[in-house]
Amino acid sequence: MTKKKETIINVSLIVALLAVLYVMEHTLPSTAMIFTVLKKGAIYALVAVSMNLLNGFTGLFSLGQAGFMLLGAYTYGILTIPVEQREFVYMYYDGGIIHFSVPVVVALVAAGAVAAFFAYLIGLPVLRLKSDYLAIATLGFAEIIRAVFQWDKLGPVTNGSNLLKSYPTFRSVIFPFVVSGICIAIIVMLINSTYGRAFKAIRDDEVAAEAMGINLAHHKRLAFVISSFFAGISGALLAMYQTTIQASMFKSAMTYEILLIVVIGGIGSITGSCISSFLFIILSEWLLRFLDSEMYIGDFKVPLLRAGFRKVVFSIIIMVIVLFFRKGIMGTKEFSVRGIYNFFKKRAQRKNAVQGGDSNE
Amino acid sequence: MSNVLKVENVTMQFGGVVAVDNLNLEVNKGEIVSLIGPNGAGKTTAFNVITGVYAPTNGAVYFNENKIIENHPQGKMKKLYRGENNGKYHTSLAPTPDKITKLGIARTFQNIRLFKSQTVFENILIAKHCRRTSNLFTATFHLNGKEEAQMREETEKLLKILELENVKDELATSLPYGKQRRLEIARALATEPSLLLLDEPAAGMNPQETDELTAFIGRIRDEFGLTIFMIEHHMDLVMEISDRIYVLDFGKMIASGVPEEIQNNPRVIEAYLGGAADE
Repeated sequence: MTKKKETIINVSLIVALLAVLYVMEHTLPSTAMIFTVLKKGAIYALVAVSMNLLNGFTGLFSLGQAGFMLLGAYTYGILTIPVEQREFVYMYYDGGIIHFSVPVVVALVAAGAVAAFFAYLIGLPVLRLKSDYLAIATLGFAEIIRAVFQWDKLGPVTNGSNLLKSYPTFRSVIFPFVVSGICIAIIVMLINSTYGRAFKAIRDDEVAAEAMGINLAHHKRLAFVISSFFAGISGALLAMYQTTIQASMFKSAMTYEILLIVVIGGIGSITGSCISSFLFIILSEWLLRFLDSEMYIGDFKVPLLRAGFRKVVFSIIIMVIVLFFRKGIMGTKEFSVRGIYNFFKKRAQRKNAVQGGDSNE
Repeated sequence: MSNVLKVENVTMQFGGVVAVDNLNLEVNKGEIVSLIGPNGAGKTTAFNVITGVYAPTNGAVYFNENKIIENHPQGKMKKLYRGENNGKYHTSLAPTPDKITKLGIARTFQNIRLFKSQTVFENILIAKHCRRTSNLFTATFHLNGKEEAQMREETEKLLKILELENVKDELATSLPYGKQRRLEIARALATEPSLLLLDEPAAGMNPQETDELTAFIGRIRDEFGLTIFMIEHHMDLVMEISDRIYVLDFGKMIASGVPEEIQNNPRVIEAYLGGAADE
């Protein structure tokens, strides 16, 4: 299969996907559960991939993702609330101190930039730490950010512990797919570049990587900042999806959800993260919903089903995965058209060989 | 002959332990120089000082007659310092290992340190990263196609010269031991060094592999115009290919000279070869 052919197939697959989404949107009722799953899944896919860039490809175990999402969400909200709405949103703070709003695309980039800027500052001290210590430091940072954003004195900017709302959101499911898709594509291109190779070298062996002329501090900071940039954008997308922003949304539980997606998908696999984020959202938002409500079959009350039981089932799934499927769905492999092609080609060859026919190569 | 590497009054002290004591040595262009000594003599520590892993406690290192590393006892070490030449050096110049590599000093490790999840080809390609001219933006958006192609081409060439071509798509760790050593040297060569430091290249090799390695080291020296400085325990290898030898014992240099001189030096025999001869 030539490279050109592969590109054509990939592009047509993407177009087909968008077409399917478009058709679905015009035929199904807009309240259908599938749209919730698709929207949230796309957003979580982006943040999972950004976390994978750090944890899976650079080997930095960071748990600050929710903090960077919060920064992105707030930046987006603060910058895009229409001027005439500000008085109502910031009703306790005399309309706030910001009296302008910017277009959505600019705000999305700004959301990433603010998250990246904070990542740079935090990275200066914490990237000296290794493994678990780094995880604890970044987790602590995320909690601090959350507390700071709820601080009353910052109210004129962040609206304190009140909601941010009335900013532009998306209705179509295509929007998060396109934004996430572009961001993930950029991350993939980065990983396939010479910088991506340097990140993987750091993951495999820091000492050797440094001896090969890779500046550890610089490259770790790059990975951290880039990962946070995209976490910021996904935070902004999440804000658009939820239509309101409150700092208390971005708990560390959110980071764990993302970590879970990364682990289930396979640490070090982009496509794994994407697949598992949709899987995770489908399960948690849709298929396992019934576990949370009481159910009667005739007169028989099904035992155990009550609010919160979903979490128990989830915990068990996690334990099973960690114990028996440590590599996740994809391991470090990637799902690609070429991979499938080669798989079938090999199979065909084997079949030919068994039948005694000539193989093509 | 100009010296490529000059180590001057280098002392490395960890707490109260002097690991390397006032080391002076020179490596001239095109030479193969060996550093030998019993276990714990401070050989690898000396290597780690030269490659920037440790900043020396006192002393200086010159590369192509430019000072690249210098330090003097500071802080707590001022009181603790037990080495010589205290007060001779006044500035502190301690580049990180990656900067040393960029200057043109590459190294291998005593215990092989390959990039485990990468193929042979990728292992070498990674080492090309330090000679890039692209920045993050041009690399990410693949605007550096020419450079990328050149990197891959050079990697292919290196694989051919080092006879690793037929295993290029295999995982680095799946290679047999001797080939892993060779790959590590190949990876060091990919950073385009003029001075190559080999830390026990023959460790764990059988006699046949050692013979191959001996020829191999001589060959790459000529082919790449290298200067080689190595630590080694296999005396056959050392005596056969070294132009000169330095001997360390308890951090101190006890002898230096051409292989014949070292073989007949009573202090060396007592400290090192004597023990081996008794076996």
